[in-house]
Amino acid sequence: MSADALLSLRGVRKTYPGDGRRAEPKVVLDGIDLDVTEHECVVLVGSSGSGKSTLLRVIDLLEEIDDGQVLLDGVDVADPWVDADAARARMSMVFQQFNLFPHLRVLDNVTLALRLVHGRGRAEAVTAGLAMLEKVGLAHKARSFPDELSGGEQQRAAIARALVSGPELLLLDEVTSALDPELVGEVLDLLVALRDEGTTMVVATHEMGFARDVADEVVFLHDGQVHERGAPAQVLGDPQRQRTRDFLRRLR
Amino acid sequence: MSGWQPSARARERDTFRRAQRRRALAVATVATVVVVAAVAYVVATAPGWERARTAFFSPERAVEVLPQVAQGLWLNVRVWLVASVVGLVVGLLLAVVRTSRLPALFPLRVLTVAYVDVFRGVPVLLVLLLAGFGLPALRLEWLPVSAAFLGGLAIVLTYTAYLAEIFRAGIESVHPSQVAAARSLGLSRGQTVRRVVLPQAVRNVTAPTASMLVSLQKDSGLISILGAVDAIRAAQIATTGDYNFTPYVVAGVLFLLLSIPLTRLVDAWSARQGWRGRLRGVSGGGVIR
Repeated sequence: MSADALLSLRGVRKTYPGDGRRAEPKVVLDGIDLDVTEHECVVLVGSSGSGKSTLLRVIDLLEEIDDGQVLLDGVDVADPWVDADAARARMSMVFQQFNLFPHLRVLDNVTLALRLVHGRGRAEAVTAGLAMLEKVGLAHKARSFPDELSGGEQQRAAIARALVSGPELLLLDEVTSALDPELVGEVLDLLVALRDEGTTMVVATHEMGFARDVADEVVFLHDGQVHERGAPAQVLGDPQRQRTRDFLRRLR
Repeated sequence: MSGWQPSARARERDTFRRAQRRRALAVATVATVVVVAAVAYVVATAPGWERARTAFFSPERAVEVLPQVAQGLWLNVRVWLVASVVGLVVGLLLAVVRTSRLPALFPLRVLTVAYVDVFRGVPVLLVLLLAGFGLPALRLEWLPVSAAFLGGLAIVLTYTAYLAEIFRAGIESVHPSQVAAARSLGLSRGQTVRRVVLPQAVRNVTAPTASMLVSLQKDSGLISILGAVDAIRAAQIATTGDYNFTPYVVAGVLFLLLSIPLTRLVDAWSARQGWRGRLRGVSGGGVIR
């Protein structure tokens, strides 16, 4: 594991508490180690409930952890005395359900954080926002509201919103899972382009073809633990462990 | 198009559906005529209908008292407007305080909960009497003692509590993923509330808020019990002495002339497509075909 990683997780533990009656407490992350260096693309795979989404939410500081470290440039941002807002502003997350702000036009969705968090003026933010929308092929939808867009367009708008502030780390949480199959391609193409530009990414996905194409490292999660990790050709092509094989067989 | 001609089957279905519609129209017409005729017969043959007509629906008396009652109504309208603005602003603030998690706001939060519990649970009439007759008894120099002011105050106190609860429901109806998205972009808690949660919260509760304001408009008539000369009080004064209750009917009609268009306006407004970001219902949802 490299020492100069942009993001390092060490022994991350997270338990969802039960309700004291029927729901038992559930260990979602059971001691996760992970390193992401700059320009690297790490792909998380595993069944539903294996902890992929929770792991991304932990990295983005949307969840508190029970134990372990989330090191961003060597600083443990899981410490409660660290400015979490500032740390979040350096990363961007794209969600499965897009989570665009429905009351704001596409352009305002994209420029909101630029103006409120990154202190850009209105004109500057609009220029940057339009340029980013141009890049994802949505410049003509800048004045539309999110509910006037197709699912694929909404997700591309959400990606534009995530990219416009120039984040050091892009977190993608099953961004194609809520899309109709024919719309998946337009989003994956965009992600491949971002990957080729050297965007640092952590991606949770069920698209194994995509994982094989873009990943520098594939991490197979099972029951909140890293069960197998390595180059995509190895983990996806020649898995060493039985659970990984079972998982890959079920996908076919 | 592609030169499509409806098939025999499609034409047959169409004919059947048209016949069904004609039949539905006929049934509705007959039913309406029967009911209206029955009501008219019952009313007109009821003993005392003549007396009722002169006592409640005398046109001459109506014309006579209209100016006084209308002048009184202007007071209702002013109380309503001021109470609406104050209630909306303070109600929204209270809802934000109540849903916030800032430690410094804890005492305010407790006060808000107590205030809402008390003023939602106590009859408006009691609040009116306490404010209208109780407050002047304190002889506070700075406190205006006009019945309209004190009555308006009592109504504001009550309605603000209701509006605060509506806005709280609105805030809680905004999906947590919206907050996650905003926080993920680096927005602070305050920015998230102001720019993401509140705009959606307010949109989600337009309909109940508006119906509360319509209800506030007619409850502005309650200030009459404190002696403020509003539409109801003006009507009451006009009825003293002659047992002709037409002025009350006039006041009622004037209230309706305000509240019915207001209700329709609000319906049209919240059905409008332009206001994005509220919870979407399917138009006509719940109607069984």
